[in-house]
Amino acid sequence: MNIKRNLAISDSGFLFNPSTGDSYSLNPIAQQIFSLMKEGKSDGEIKARILEDYNTDSSTFEKDFYDFIGLLNNYKLLENE
Amino acid sequence: MSKPLYTIAVTGLNAIDSPGPGLSVIRALQAATSFDVRIIGLSYETMEPGIYMHDLVDKTYQIPMPGAGTEVLFERFSYINAQEDLTFIFPNFDAELFNFIKLQDRFEEILNIKMVLPSLEQFEERHKVNLSDFGEKHEVKVPEAKLVFNTAQIADALKDFEFPVAVKGKFYDSKVAYSYNQAVTNFNKISAEWGVPILIQEFVHGSEVNVCGIGDGTGATLGAVPMRKLYITDKGKAWAGVSLDDQELMDITHKLIASTKWRGPFELEFIKSEEGEYHLLEINPRFPAWCYLTVGVGQNQIEALVNLGMGEKVPAFMKYDVGKMFIRYSYDMIVDMNEFEKISTTGEL
Repeated sequence: MNIKRNLAISDSGFLFNPSTGDSYSLNPIAQQIFSLMKEGKSDGEIKARILEDYNTDSSTFEKDFYDFIGLLNNYKLLENE
Repeated sequence: MSKPLYTIAVTGLNAIDSPGPGLSVIRALQAATSFDVRIIGLSYETMEPGIYMHDLVDKTYQIPMPGAGTEVLFERFSYINAQEDLTFIFPNFDAELFNFIKLQDRFEEILNIKMVLPSLEQFEERHKVNLSDFGEKHEVKVPEAKLVFNTAQIADALKDFEFPVAVKGKFYDSKVAYSYNQAVTNFNKISAEWGVPILIQEFVHGSEVNVCGIGDGTGATLGAVPMRKLYITDKGKAWAGVSLDDQELMDITHKLIASTKWRGPFELEFIKSEEGEYHLLEINPRFPAWCYLTVGVGQNQIEALVNLGMGEKVPAFMKYDVGKMFIRYSYDMIVDMNEFEKISTTGEL
């Protein structure tokens, strides 16, 4: 699953879905993960980057990461490759 | 090269909580780059705010209510035209359109006033009460609906639906009913104001998306801008909205306009269901109150419609800005009593 191509995020973490008119506010970590996904990074690459940048462990990251993916999916912000 | 000066008359000056489109149309006309404009307001009631907004409206004339018929209306316009030499008229209310469509040829031939309106056939077939047939003919999904003329028919009509249902007037107003009693109450409220029949319509869950556009009468869509309501008043009117990037909705719009050969402005109201299907709720045969957004996103459809009416070749708009919002506001004007007196007693201001 990839981030939909027409989605864009501002420097402040504001995300606008031009297909539906919905908008969201992402916190800095979500913003970073979103940007990495948008760049096409794999789950493993994103995990490595977040573990490098933040004081967290692998299992905490994975729980929060897949929660976030679930949320993006729920809001229909993802599409199949 | 100097621009022509057009004198354009506009109805729908009622910038109230359920606003008429007049002031948005006027602002779009003032933003036109291909002509200069003198605005003549046309009012039905003395408290329509546009009458007193002299920076937008140069002169206002009261006109007879639609129920007075075409002859009285023609007579009034003969008088207004003798004073103002009108170029073009924007009728902006559904309820007045029948008379204006009927008078279109006489206005052009006798008074030399242009309008761009749908044909009477197009106007009638898109009527809410005919929407099921319209959907079938033009292959667009519409919610199931039943017509009721009195409260005794409501229980029978409800047998085919699950609650909630939408209860709708033939011209205006729509209320959601979650029970038989609410449906009866809504029927009584709406029929008291707008008459019968009343529509009992399947309630489609989803988000409302609308399209403002113009058809050239040969099947081409000259402009179309989709908008999602972001803030809705208790009357169901958009107080804020945003332009969308929705190719599927654009495809449905182009197909529908091609199939109907629609002439003139339109607003398509859709519900996008949770499954992503578009259900057409209404076709309004005029510009909507939010039409100034089309100017904001780079399609002055109102200016284009005037140029189409003046016989010019109008190229179709090919793009618009996505993610532009409109937000309405209300504003208290201070008005001298003598202005109110003048419009009340002479019918002009």
